[in-house]
Amino acid sequence: MGTLLPLPVVVPLLGAALTLLLATQPRIQRAVSVLCLAGTFTVAVVLLVQAYRYGPVVMVIGGWPAPVGIVLVADQLAALMLVVSSAVTLCVLLYSVGQGRSETGETTPVVIFHPTYLVLTAGVTTAFLAGDLFNLFVGFEILLVASFVLITLGGTETRIRTGSTYVVVSVLSSMIFLTAVGLVYLATGTLNLAQLSQRLDALPDRVRLALQLMLLLAFAIKAAVFPLSAWLPDSYPTAPAPVTAVFAGLLTKVGVYAIIRTETLLFPDGQVDDLLMVVAGLTMLVGILGAVAQSDLKRLFSFTLVSHIGYMIFGVALSTAAGLSGAIFYVVHHITIQTTLFLVAGLVEERAGSTDLRRIGGLARVAPLLGVLFFVPAMNLAGVPPFSGFLGKLGLLQAGVAAGGALPFALVGAGTLTSLLTLYVASRVWNIAFWRAPRIATGDPVVQLPRLMIGATVALVAFGLVLTVLAGPLFDVTTDAATDLLSRTPYVRAVLPDGVP
Amino acid sequence: MTAEGAGPTLMLVLVVAVLVGCGVILLLERSLTRILLGVILLGNGVNLLILLGGRAGGAPIVGTGPVDEMSNPLPQAMVLTAIVITFGLTAFLLAVAYRSWFLTGDDEVPDDLEDRQIIRRAERNEVGAADLGGEGPDDDPEQVDPEPARRRLRRGEEA
Repeated sequence: MGTLLPLPVVVPLLGAALTLLLATQPRIQRAVSVLCLAGTFTVAVVLLVQAYRYGPVVMVIGGWPAPVGIVLVADQLAALMLVVSSAVTLCVLLYSVGQGRSETGETTPVVIFHPTYLVLTAGVTTAFLAGDLFNLFVGFEILLVASFVLITLGGTETRIRTGSTYVVVSVLSSMIFLTAVGLVYLATGTLNLAQLSQRLDALPDRVRLALQLMLLLAFAIKAAVFPLSAWLPDSYPTAPAPVTAVFAGLLTKVGVYAIIRTETLLFPDGQVDDLLMVVAGLTMLVGILGAVAQSDLKRLFSFTLVSHIGYMIFGVALSTAAGLSGAIFYVVHHITIQTTLFLVAGLVEERAGSTDLRRIGGLARVAPLLGVLFFVPAMNLAGVPPFSGFLGKLGLLQAGVAAGGALPFALVGAGTLTSLLTLYVASRVWNIAFWRAPRIATGDPVVQLPRLMIGATVALVAFGLVLTVLAGPLFDVTTDAATDLLSRTPYVRAVLPDGVP
Repeated sequence: MTAEGAGPTLMLVLVVAVLVGCGVILLLERSLTRILLGVILLGNGVNLLILLGGRAGGAPIVGTGPVDEMSNPLPQAMVLTAIVITFGLTAFLLAVAYRSWFLTGDDEVPDDLEDRQIIRRAERNEVGAADLGGEGPDDDPEQVDPEPARRRLRRGEEA
C-alpha cells in the first residue's frame, strides 16, 4: 500500500509542470489541475482508511532502509490532514475557476495561477507526509515559495507592500527553522523523526529544551501564534479571494501540524506546556479583540483566524489524549470553516464591490443565498450548537477541565470568552453587512455571481455540516490518532521495523 | 575545518556568529535592499552552521581511503539544498524590491494603512463601523406600509 504514498506529492508537481506547458489553452489547463487535485483527494481518502485500519503507512524512497534513506509516513494525523487539505484545495480551485475572468483575470497573468497553486498543494502534502526534519523543511519551502508568488499575484502596489512583509517574515522563520535543523543534526547525528525521538531522549535536558524552543519559534511564526502573529492580518487580506482562503485554511495549519508532530513525537516530556498555555490564551484573546476593532471583512476574518489558532495550541499544551484529540478535531473543523468564510468574503466583494463594513449593507435582502452561506459558517465558527465548532470547543474545554489545575481552568475561561466574543463579531458583521438597509454601493447594478463560485462555496459549507453530522466517527479517528501520537511506538515501529539502530 | 576531522574550529564558529549577527541587524532596517543583504548574510551564516555539523575529512567514496577518515556527506547534501533554496528566496526578494521601487519610487516597507486608521479611531474613541440603523420607512421599500392590493389595482385601472 506504500506505493500510493508519493502520489499526493508527485501528482500535483507533475500537474504543475503540465499546466505550465498548457499555458495557452486555459480550458485544458483548468481541467488538468482539477483532475490532479481530485486524484490527490482520492488517494488521501484511501490512505486515511489504510492508516486507520492497519496503522501508519510507510514508504521508503530510493530503496535505502529507514534511518539512512528518506521516508514518507502517513499515520492517522497526517492522513487526516491530507484528506481535509486536499478537499479544501479542490473546492478553492473550483471557486477560482469560477471567478476566472474577474479579479485574477483582468490584472494578472492567470497562466501562472494554476501551476503555482498546484506547487503550493505539493508543498502542503510534502510537509504532512515528511518522515524527517529536513524533508519537512523542504515541504515548508515549497509551499512558501509558491505562496510568495500567489500573494504578490499581479504585482500591484498594495500587494507588493503587504507581500514584502509576508516574504521577509517567512524567510526569517525559514532561517530559524534551518538553524534548528542544523543544530538538531549537530546534537544527534540524525534527522529521521523516528530515530530522533529516541536519540533526543538521551540528550541533556537543557540542550533538548533549547532545540525544542528553537523549533517551536519557527513553527509558531508560521502558525501565527500571538506574539508572532502580527504579520498575518497585514498581509493576507489584499491577496485575491481564493488565495487568501487557501492560505487561511492551510498555511497556518501546517505550522500547527508541525507543532503537534514535534511536541508529541520529539519532545513528549512537556517542558514547555505552561509556556504554550499562556501563549494560547493570549493568542485567543488578543486575536479576537483585534477582530472586534476591524471594519474590513477580510481583516476581521484574519483576526478570528489568529484567535482560533489559540484553541489548537491549548489542546496541544494539555498533552493529554483528550486535549490532543480535541486539537486535531479543531484543526479539521477550522481549516474548513475559515476557508469557507474567506470564500464568502470573496463573494461579498464580487457582489457588493467591497468588503468594507462601512460601505456595504443589506446583503441578506439583495442576495439571500449569500446571507445563508455567511450565516452557517459564521455561527459554526462562533461555536453555536449543534455545529462542529461547538463540538470542537466542547471537546477542548472538557479536556481542559479534566486536566485540572489553575492554568487549564484559566484557559477554559479564556476559551469560553473568546467563543462569546467570536459570536459578537459574527453577529456584528451579520447586522451591518447583511441585515441593515441596503447601501447605495450594494444595490445597482446587479452582478450575477458565477455559478461555480457559489457551487464551490456551497460545497464547503456542506462539508462543514458533514463534519458536524459525522463528528462522532471523526472524534473516534482523532482520539485514535492522539493515542498513537502520545504512545509514539506505532510511528517509530512503522518507520524502523527492525528496532532503533 | 581541521584536517583531523575533530570538529569545527573556533574561527568558523566566529564567522557564523558574525554573519548571522550582521544579517539580523540588516534585517531590522526598513529598506528592502538592506533587508535583502541581511537575508543573504543570514542565509550564508546558517548554511555554514549546517556544514559545521558534519565531520571533515576525505571524499566519502568507498575505496578512496580509510572509512574513518572520510567526511560526513549528509550535511554537505543538505547544505546544497539549503543554498539553492536561499538563492531562490534571494532572487524573489530582489524582484519584490525592484517592483516596489518601480511602483513607488523607493523600496521602503511602510506601515499598514488600516492599522494606522484603527489606531487613530481608537484615540478618538470611535467605533470601527457603527450600525447606525438607518432603517426608516423612507429609504427601505419593504418597510413602507403597502396599500391594500385591491385599492392599488383599482387605481391602476382608473389611470
